[in-house]
Amino acid sequence: MENFLIQLLNGLVAGMLLFIMAAGLSLIFGQMNVINLSHGAFYLLGGYVGLSAVRQLGSFWLALIVAPLVVGAIGFVIEKFLLRRLYGGQRHLEQVLLTFGLALVASDLIQWNWGAFVESVAPPALLSGQVPLYTIQFPIYRLALIVFGLALALLLWLFLDRTRIGAIVRAGVTNAEMVSGLGINVHLVFAGVFAVGTALAALAGVIGAPITALYPGLDFEILILTIVVVVVGGLGTLKGAFWGALLIGMADTFGKAYIPQFSLFLIFAVMAVVLLLRPSGLFGLEAWSR
Amino acid sequence: MTAVATQLGRVGTWVNRQRQWLWAAFFIAALVFPFVARPYHLSLTIEVLVFAIFAMSLDLLLGYTGLPSFGHAAFFGLGAYVVGYIASTSPLALGLTSNLLVTVPIVMAATALVALAIGFFALRTSGITFLMITLAFAQMLFSIAIRWSSVTGGSDGLSGIPRPTLGIGPLSYAFASRESYYFLVLAFFLASWWLLRRIVNSPFGWTLRGIRENEQRLRALGYNTFRYKMAAFAISGAFAGLAGMLLVHFFRHASPENLYWTTSGQVLIMLIVGGTGTLTGPILGAAVIRLFPLLVSTYFDRWRTLQGLLFIAFVLFAPKGIVGLLRGERDEELL
Repeated sequence: MENFLIQLLNGLVAGMLLFIMAAGLSLIFGQMNVINLSHGAFYLLGGYVGLSAVRQLGSFWLALIVAPLVVGAIGFVIEKFLLRRLYGGQRHLEQVLLTFGLALVASDLIQWNWGAFVESVAPPALLSGQVPLYTIQFPIYRLALIVFGLALALLLWLFLDRTRIGAIVRAGVTNAEMVSGLGINVHLVFAGVFAVGTALAALAGVIGAPITALYPGLDFEILILTIVVVVVGGLGTLKGAFWGALLIGMADTFGKAYIPQFSLFLIFAVMAVVLLLRPSGLFGLEAWSR
Repeated sequence: MTAVATQLGRVGTWVNRQRQWLWAAFFIAALVFPFVARPYHLSLTIEVLVFAIFAMSLDLLLGYTGLPSFGHAAFFGLGAYVVGYIASTSPLALGLTSNLLVTVPIVMAATALVALAIGFFALRTSGITFLMITLAFAQMLFSIAIRWSSVTGGSDGLSGIPRPTLGIGPLSYAFASRESYYFLVLAFFLASWWLLRRIVNSPFGWTLRGIRENEQRLRALGYNTFRYKMAAFAISGAFAGLAGMLLVHFFRHASPENLYWTTSGQVLIMLIVGGTGTLTGPILGAAVIRLFPLLVSTYFDRWRTLQGLLFIAFVLFAPKGIVGLLRGERDEELL
């Protein structure tokens, strides 16, 4: 029972972390029909930039702001100077290949700059330690992460559903040409969405670092899990990203705890079943955040 | 850039005119090569030939059928592990035989069957979703290889895989030396090339091109496109498995890396750089990408970065790959 409760909470932690990743990936996909294969690299880059920020500035909280800003700016530049060249016509596959090339370059350069060691990051002092919960002790940082993930989900939903910019983004998903016809700078919206998506990945990297640690190869591990999340949840929807992330986070955590040899297998089995029953994912047919 | 393209186009025209002579020269060179080359260069050539088979098999999916698989290492690695499990002398494996008469049919049938099982799910989707799902399935096989260590050897993989033999009873030959193995791989490469060429130029192959161009229309014409895609997936998987098998027989070791996304990524890069939709493209791509680190690493440490940049440059500026550059402005088939 106690073990079950711990696994349940850990599943929530994993789910929230995956949600932040999947929200960024899904946001970018919804807007541009591009699955950003460098998303995992941005997670790792965000984590490492955060690590350097913690070392230089001595504050986890500053790192939480600096890393998404830096990586988001990189995302903005990538969209503006590289991805934009491939818009128009059926060039989605080429865009995906471009993001794959970027992922290769990024993962090599990250290893060059930060080395090939496992770097662990300590949670901020305010959130270190454990808290008694029912009959168990649970790390405060992990509880805070769950709360943060839920808050971010709410915030993203409010932003997309209730603000003017959110409406433009949603309209861009449905018909970018029409939005452009209404006098809105679609290019800026695209660049902005890509920047926000990559910033979300970097944010996940910083807050995930105390849990996953940072090491070369993590970029693709996390990318694969995020891809499974959006495939299961349905691409391009916030709702899909949220429930998909929870489902996969739980499946991964419980799988690792109870059937360690086949935990990854379990995740892919979930994915296969969802695909068989609903090829467009659990919430694939519905529009943004509805 | 345009000047380079024009020059390459001229080279392409010249190659096309001198085709017969070039073929003759190629065969003589291929026969003489192992007796004049250094062992290291011979090993590299063997690897290039193996990866050429692998890249051609992916081209059947991506280039001809329009299915962007990003998990092709699944079949490459599966071929590697199947032959490893049959032939390896390690206590984990069966250690039965390395006779090609037995192993080639088993490996190709096993990979084709697994391809059908994966295709049953993956081929319900297309485009970007297909790419992600094939990636996910390949990672699933990788995770099995890593975790199910009592069968697969875990992260160490399976070692003790002997070089293959061919024949029955006393009439069998062991491809023990590097030179003999080179000729074996060359024979498999030429056979695969010839077979795949027959396949892509058959009515079946043209149907696959039709699926690539407009699947809806083919379905309206009464084609069961799902079955055609399943067949293409199975054939492609079988050739990828053959390539994986040839690689582990050479290195005598099957490792989880054979199943890892980096392997899928490498073969995809080979195909894009070489040029999709032709069988020459993957061969050229395999050679260029496999030899690239060698050319670069003496001058620059970060050859992976350079390789990534080269790949990005091809995606942005020459999406038809080296073959597209060689063809220049001309539309007709080159080689």
